[in-house]
Amino acid sequence: MSSADTHLDPAVHAHGETQGHGSKRSYLVGFGLSAVLTAIPFWLVMADPLGNAGLTAAAVIVIAVLQILVHTFCFLHLNTQAEGGWTMIAYIFTGVILLLTIGGSLWIMYHLNSNMMPGMMTGQTSYAP
Amino acid sequence: MAQLEQAQAAVDPTFHLVEADDHDHETGGATLLGFWIYLMSDALIFAALFATFGVLSTSYAGGPSPREIFELPLVALNTAILLVSSITYGFAMLAMERGAVRTTQAWLAVTGLLGASFVGIELFEFGALIAEGATPQRSGFLSGFFTLVGTHGLHVTVGIIWIVVMLVQIGQRGLIPANKRRLLCLSMFWHFLDVVWIGVFSFVYLLGMLR
Repeated sequence: MSSADTHLDPAVHAHGETQGHGSKRSYLVGFGLSAVLTAIPFWLVMADPLGNAGLTAAAVIVIAVLQILVHTFCFLHLNTQAEGGWTMIAYIFTGVILLLTIGGSLWIMYHLNSNMMPGMMTGQTSYAP
Repeated sequence: MAQLEQAQAAVDPTFHLVEADDHDHETGGATLLGFWIYLMSDALIFAALFATFGVLSTSYAGGPSPREIFELPLVALNTAILLVSSITYGFAMLAMERGAVRTTQAWLAVTGLLGASFVGIELFEFGALIAEGATPQRSGFLSGFFTLVGTHGLHVTVGIIWIVVMLVQIGQRGLIPANKRRLLCLSMFWHFLDVVWIGVFSFVYLLGMLR
């Protein structure tokens, strides 16, 4: 398996590890894990074995995050060594911005929606408890 | 004169070596890092689209809800196709590292065909939705849905075009370092699209069916 890593082209790999390729093992492990992590949420929603929408939603979200990490490390081959660690720093930074954008939007707009329902704009002020 | 030649002889080889080394760095590391930064900024575009969809996801305006219009078996099929295309691209990269030109081309072609069937099924789904009256204009939920899923589909379409271009490039020039670099970038692009699709099928389709 690791023999593939010893035949790297010196021109492309002149400065050590680059992301975007890996061993056959990492692809097969990533594929196996992804297949399982795809099948479970579809099964949870389609067969509804938990019988609780909130619990199922939480499981789907957790499994999605896990699968994104599997893809990042097994298919995109992100590691702390490549490019002196800059790919990893960019990835973490993007993750933080992503959470702020999505989480922040949902949080703010949810509260705006519940505090500014139609009918609340007719003169009286709404007081959130 | 002899002194000058001597000086040149002393300077020239060093100069070229340094330049060649720099050049390798430019084509290898810097391009891949730059492409990675592009992918991260692309992820932020999708973050904005996911946020928009999330905010609008219950704004049905009296129109259809996700449960009424989504076909999960179709989504599962599309998810499987994209996942398999990820590993076939992985096999293309492994063949590229071995220097096997024909095998690389074959796996690339398989990946492109899988990508094309993904886009085909997605267009079929969009067509069925629009025929039912679930058009992007119908509600905020559907506007967000079509924008998010359509942007992902557009990325996959561009990826397919890129695969076709690479098949021609490899056919003409073989697995030269420049082509290997391009294939590495395309590899990151393709796997990145699969990562975005995880978000789409989980947060749009599966969570939509639970609402």
